[in-house]
Amino acid sequence: MNSLQQTKYFAGAITISLVVSIFFLWLLEAPLVDTAKLLVEGAFGTNQRIGDTFMIWVPLLLASASLVVTFSAGLWNIGVEGQIVAGAVAASFVAREVQGSTTVILTLMVIGGFVGGALWGLLVGVLRVRGGVNEIFGGIGLNFVATGLIVYLVIGPWSRDGVASTGGTEPFGPQAWFPTIDGLRVSPLALIIAFVSLASVMFLLSKTHFGLRLRATGKNPLAANRFGIATSRYLLMAFIIGGGVAGLAGVTQAGAVYHRLVPSISGGYGFLAILIVLLARFRGLWVIPIALFFATIAMASFQWQLRLGLHSALGGVIQGVLVLSVVLVMGYQEVRQQREQSNSRDDAAL
Amino acid sequence: MNAATFAIIVASATPLIFAAIGETITEKAGVVNLSLDGSMLLSAMTGFAIAYTTGSVELGLLAGMATSGFVAFVVAFGGIRLRVNQIAVGLILTYFATKLSALLGGEFVRKPGPSVQKMSLPVLEDIPFFGEILFQQNPLVYFSFLLVIASFWWIFHTRRGLDLQAIGERPEAAFARGIPVNTLRYFYTVLGGAFVGLGGAAFSLDAKMGWSEGHIANYGWIALAIVIFGGWHPLRVAFGCYLFGAIQIVALKMQPTLPDLAQVLPIAPFPLMILTLVFLNMRVVQSFTMRFKGIGRLIRGTAPSALGESFWPD
Repeated sequence: MNSLQQTKYFAGAITISLVVSIFFLWLLEAPLVDTAKLLVEGAFGTNQRIGDTFMIWVPLLLASASLVVTFSAGLWNIGVEGQIVAGAVAASFVAREVQGSTTVILTLMVIGGFVGGALWGLLVGVLRVRGGVNEIFGGIGLNFVATGLIVYLVIGPWSRDGVASTGGTEPFGPQAWFPTIDGLRVSPLALIIAFVSLASVMFLLSKTHFGLRLRATGKNPLAANRFGIATSRYLLMAFIIGGGVAGLAGVTQAGAVYHRLVPSISGGYGFLAILIVLLARFRGLWVIPIALFFATIAMASFQWQLRLGLHSALGGVIQGVLVLSVVLVMGYQEVRQQREQSNSRDDAAL
Repeated sequence: MNAATFAIIVASATPLIFAAIGETITEKAGVVNLSLDGSMLLSAMTGFAIAYTTGSVELGLLAGMATSGFVAFVVAFGGIRLRVNQIAVGLILTYFATKLSALLGGEFVRKPGPSVQKMSLPVLEDIPFFGEILFQQNPLVYFSFLLVIASFWWIFHTRRGLDLQAIGERPEAAFARGIPVNTLRYFYTVLGGAFVGLGGAAFSLDAKMGWSEGHIANYGWIALAIVIFGGWHPLRVAFGCYLFGAIQIVALKMQPTLPDLAQVLPIAPFPLMILTLVFLNMRVVQSFTMRFKGIGRLIRGTAPSALGESFWPD
């Protein structure tokens, strides 16, 4: 591995995405300096905004941690959105039905959300392993079902008294709210959950026997199977763990951000996390700064719209440009590197 | 259900037919273009924008085809030339194209624009019952009939169609026989992408009349699912599209009388498709279809063996 060359190409990819992003800003006749300033100010300008940025960071970290697990097993878990929803529904169920102290309720919400997400993930896994349904197809299908379920709950059995609107359920009782820092919307507990989950996932994958076997299954399922690894069991485990961690994102969205169940509870963070993990090239540690950067852009998008009248989709376009150029350029780098290696092998043979 | 209802179903399924047949062609060549959900939004936007500014529906449809054709080219270039995972490129493009359509289409939201005009086919339109369903439609609908039949004939009944199947099933063997695997894969990916774009533009210029952000979101995923459900066979894929259209229309009709069920029905096709696949993959059913090959061919379909894998001859 020539890491200097890799760094060079990576820098090149960042430059390309910067140039393309500036092109879009020019197209929209946006003031460049103000836009750049608002990127930082929008996310970190006030304590309030820092807190809000962190609360976007949390679900991105959790969904990314979930995807690191399933990617390691060689799975494309597009169903992560549905798993977030399932976690949120389970947590909302606990928040609505269980009476008790905050500690008891929050603990049960976290456990319930993990189990909800895990079961929803397991469903995709079973369809894949036993039903012969590809996990991309099954995952997307169950995303639709989860969306249908949440809309049904919000306008049906869990609707607010008298009004059946898609606006959301009645807010949870105060015992089911994640405690926040005074005056801010940031919940330290949610941040802790996110980092502990990511750290556990990374530890599990890199330091345990289980993780080794899981990665072997992902790299080469046939060889792993011949080596005596029950690959389908490991695939199912990946879906259970990945789904559970994604479910935790649903818990924090419901318990720490909205304090109720809304149809758009996942916020599209599951899909965005796929881009984050691709940009991080499946490495857990890289997920942390990239997810923070994506949260920064999401926050800046609000300010760009509010203060400069720019379209709210601008942030998404920039994220897309960035990931696309990095993935394509790094692909090009690998192709070149392989070609150089095979050339030098040929030279040596002469 | 009367003929008029069937006619609405046929018309409403038309954009999906373009997209699903386009993707079928692409996947037959061994390339998976997962960008459909974003790609169709983008081509719906460019199609409408061009038709709106030029006043020409035809130019709008062409713009839509060019848009998604280009998106498909990026998938092919990434997957073939750069050997990046095609699923990864597809998912990134889904997100990117969705956001881009919203960003660039902002000024066209909910504007009244031109649309494809109805054109009944002489003589054929007078066929009782079927005339009203099939031949009192617009040219896009007729073209979708042609596309289904032509793609079926091309894939299964021509020499070049055999080549197409070969590069998706066994690219090494095809290459050994002198078939330019990657060149053909580029061609069929972009061609399939162009039909996907026609589907997107058919939404904004016909079926849904107009453009607003994300208003055809999810149709791309549905088209991708129907390709699997239809077992990579154009006729069955078309059947899947009409079935989907029928469920949507029935749900719409039930809205006033059974509002609860009408809420659930639009998502019903997905679980139904999943259950169908599970059913077909059950051991009992598999051994049944093994024994009765005719029925097996009718209901079963398998993905091209080299789907999503890049092929490099060196």
